Amino acid sequence: MGNKQTIFTDEQLDAYQDCTFFTRKEILRLHTRYHELAPNLVPMDYTNDPDCKVPIQLIINMPELMENPFKERIVESFSEAGDGNLSFNDFVDMFSVLSEMAPRELKAIYAFKIYDFNTDNFICKSDLEQTLNKLTREELTPEEVNLVCEKVIEEADLDGDGKLAFADFENMISRAPDFLSTFHIRI
Amino acid sequence: MSHDRKPRTTDNNGKHDRNEAGKTARSLEGHRTRRAGRQMDRLTEMAWSVNFHLNLPEAEEGQQALVFYPHDENIVHDSFNELIEEQSHKQDGSQVFEMEDMAGRGRENPAFLASPQHSHSNRENFSPFTLRVLSEMPSRTIGTCRGAIISQYYNSTMKLRHRRAALHLGPVRSARPSISGYRVETDVEAAGEEENRKHLFDNLQNLSVSDKGRMLKTMPLSLLEKKNLRHACNSKGFPHSRNQIPCCSQLKYYLIIGFRHSWYSLLSFLFSLQLWHVALKKVSGRFGTSVLSYFVFLKTLLLFNVFLLLVNVFFLAAPQAAHPPSNQTHRAPFQGLELLTGAGYFTDTVMYYGYYTNSTVNGCGPALNGSGCAMGQNSLDTNPRMLYNFPLAYFFTIGVSFFITCIILVYSISKSFGQSYRIDNPHGDLAMKMFCSWDFKVIKKSSVKLQCENICTQMKELLSELARASRQQTLLQRLARMTVHLLAWVMSLGSTVACAMGVYHFSTYMHKDLTTRVSRNETLIHMEASLLALPVVVSTVNLLMPGLFNAVAWMEQYHAPSTQAYVAICRNLLLKMSVLGVLCYHWLGTTISGHVTLSKWVMQNGSTGGLECWETFVGQELYRFLLMDFIFTVLDTILGEFVWRLFSQKVLKRKRKPVFDIARNVLDLIYGQTLAWLGVLFSPLLPAVQIIKLVIVFYIKRTSLMMNCQAPSKPWRASQMTTIFITLLCFPSFLGAAVAVTYTIWTIKPSEGCGPFRTLNTMFESLKIWVRQLEEMNSNFSWFTWIHKYLVENPFFLFAAAGVLLIVIYFHTQVVGGQRKIISLLQEQIDNEGEDKKFLITRLQDIYEKERPVSVRFKQTERRDDSRK
Repeated sequence: MGNKQTIFTDEQLDAYQDCTFFTRKEILRLHTRYHELAPNLVPMDYTNDPDCKVPIQLIINMPELMENPFKERIVESFSEAGDGNLSFNDFVDMFSVLSEMAPRELKAIYAFKIYDFNTDNFICKSDLEQTLNKLTREELTPEEVNLVCEKVIEEADLDGDGKLAFADFENMISRAPDFLSTFHIRI
Repeated sequence: MSHDRKPRTTDNNGKHDRNEAGKTARSLEGHRTRRAGRQMDRLTEMAWSVNFHLNLPEAEEGQQALVFYPHDENIVHDSFNELIEEQSHKQDGSQVFEMEDMAGRGRENPAFLASPQHSHSNRENFSPFTLRVLSEMPSRTIGTCRGAIISQYYNSTMKLRHRRAALHLGPVRSARPSISGYRVETDVEAAGEEENRKHLFDNLQNLSVSDKGRMLKTMPLSLLEKKNLRHACNSKGFPHSRNQIPCCSQLKYYLIIGFRHSWYSLLSFLFSLQLWHVALKKVSGRFGTSVLSYFVFLKTLLLFNVFLLLVNVFFLAAPQAAHPPSNQTHRAPFQGLELLTGAGYFTDTVMYYGYYTNSTVNGCGPALNGSGCAMGQNSLDTNPRMLYNFPLAYFFTIGVSFFITCIILVYSISKSFGQSYRIDNPHGDLAMKMFCSWDFKVIKKSSVKLQCENICTQMKELLSELARASRQQTLLQRLARMTVHLLAWVMSLGSTVACAMGVYHFSTYMHKDLTTRVSRNETLIHMEASLLALPVVVSTVNLLMPGLFNAVAWMEQYHAPSTQAYVAICRNLLLKMSVLGVLCYHWLGTTISGHVTLSKWVMQNGSTGGLECWETFVGQELYRFLLMDFIFTVLDTILGEFVWRLFSQKVLKRKRKPVFDIARNVLDLIYGQTLAWLGVLFSPLLPAVQIIKLVIVFYIKRTSLMMNCQAPSKPWRASQMTTIFITLLCFPSFLGAAVAVTYTIWTIKPSEGCGPFRTLNTMFESLKIWVRQLEEMNSNFSWFTWIHKYLVENPFFLFAAAGVLLIVIYFHTQVVGGQRKIISLLQEQIDNEGEDKKFLITRLQDIYEKERPVSVRFKQTERRDDSRK
């Protein structure tokens, strides 16, 4: 208990517990991980909510994210300012959404953000192209990429405006049972 | 698709367009437009304030021109923005360019022209106004803009709030959570989000604690915001409760808090118990969800066995060990071979049925339903009801543990069915592959690369399938294919039947052999060693036959990998179940009848060794099978994975490592578990053996996987496969074992010289006797006797219960069918709505075109002609 007190107050831990899918222990573990990322930047004492952010370069070098083709997008989607620098709150939020317990709707919202590269709140063709190139490491020919993107839009676009709004995306996700288990990072 | 939407308006008349747009809107919507317009503005402002910066000069012009809508022009959707930007870049006649573009696309992609998309390509002609209306549709702002999120959750808190209808806000209007419906109609600018947030606070406060927690957790807002929300709720909530809520409510509140604290600490304790967390993380990081499912399944089995073992130790083994039978013969010395055979030294221990007595000891609690307590002779309570009756304890422990296992299994099946089986529609494969196929768990570099390659090949396959577009096979081809399939099935079924027959004959032969050995008075150790032959043969069959099935499947060449996996699972399962069925028949039929003569010999010679007790013998057999299965799994891992990897890399110079065969490995686990469940009745501590086996298998498989294997190259629907495995665990495996155990309990006469049921005709009789005793002792329990007499012993009741169950199942399937129909109807409705939306937008565009003065249109065309020149 003595160790806990020096990092968070009970009230803070309760707040984290109430707002995320993590337990006290996991919050503390997350803090350790966060602290390890930038020991000089992050203080051990979080009792008075210090305002510090870990830059994106350090976060995407975490082993959990390093090989992920969407790492920049993941981190950016969870940062408050959209620049990818994460405060501890954002950091906890990220792994909470990516945890096993998070419901499908929550995951779908953030997955949509991640795949929306140009942050125009639609997944348009350019987003699809980028997604596909990241998924396949640009091994498809441009014609194939084009064809796949057309087909994807044709399959998932319900209102025929040529791009995927969140409603379209959610509708598609709801039919993929594996989504819940694959959109999950163990921390 | 952003490039397709090239506006044909030029730089100069963009202003007019917007002007026109304003006019159209006014004429269309009349009086209420202004308010609605403002609302929309606010909405857009909120939605796009982060990413929208418009600094184009013509926008400024437009703002001045439009007196009525100061916000219209500088707050527009950025697709509109994009539009203007593009427009300023390409001032030439984009119409022609567009046509060329279309043609070009059409050429390189023939499918495009045939697609329905093509018919809507005229949306490129939409005016900016129409596009703006499109972009402001409520359904498109949800999920991304904060205001929309807040109002969406406000909406759901409203639904959760049963107590008060929100009169001041009006009823819930839209089925789809949308921002426009919940906007408070005031004229205060820019207060929308704040307003919504305040309402959300209020609503959250009125929710119960658990609802509030769930709400907070699932809200897609940033953590800071959530914490503020929570803080606001609590700080407003506490003084309120302290002042006004009476004492008892306050007490209740503290109780709830205390309970919640203890619940959290319990949860964190349970999470810290999470077995193999790091190991599983490593496996999933290297091999992805599919291989992980094998290890998770193994863990599930381990938990089942731990439960079984705990129950058996607590209610059977421990009490029996505390009260060892009085007429204990001297035990055979430990020789080492016992570990393989399970006989000899182990025979007269709590391990097997034969050791248990039919005595009743003084305890401190009744044995009913396992609600006993620590045993001890010191209990002074001589009340005859407070006795620990071993036969009853045995009966109830086995029965209750099977029942609980069954409930857990059925529950997990239904849960995993609900998660993994949704309405499939044939379209949408490509889209799903794109967004749902990436496994975020994978963190190893080479596996990530492999995953990329897999997705790439799958995409290519899907594309080629699209291109092929149901090419018809000729009759001859189909006939040839059918013949091959038929041949394959005949071969695999034939070999399965042959194996089953072989096992049956071998087992009867072995039993005869045992009888002759006993009559020749051979040493115990020889006899026991000879008993190992049958498990070795069965395990060899289990090891070799899947190879044959794989060869057959290779001959068949299925198109879809999932079909191939299902067929392989089906064949392996058939083999394992038929072999097990034959063995059960052998044990419960031949062995028992043989044992009558056998036990006579044993009685005459005076040598024990478990042979006088057929239950112990069967328990030993199952122990041997379990152990052999384990040894063969280890051998298979070493030979099949390690040696094969060395061979293929060193000799064949292949780069690829062998692939971990998930289906076969999971079936092996299921087979082992069936053995364990079958053996529980005869050897209550068999789950301990199974636990040790599973733990060792886990480490061996993990090491071998890390050393020898690579991530699977076939697409694998992990969640559906998990559902299938758990169904297989329940249906043939557990149910088969349960039927065999129930049959034994109900009909077979237990051995006369040993075990808790030694004087009875069937094991079930112990219950009858107990009920009769209960009635004699205390007339208060007559209702219990009545229940027993009329409900348990009466076959009519059983039939009725089964009938009711069937009816319930039938109704459920009907309901599911109905829901499926409704879902397809809703799907249709969504499609229709989409069509309607398209129709409305084109109409809007038409009206806009009509309202537009001819001169402008003319000028526009002229201008375009000029620029083309």
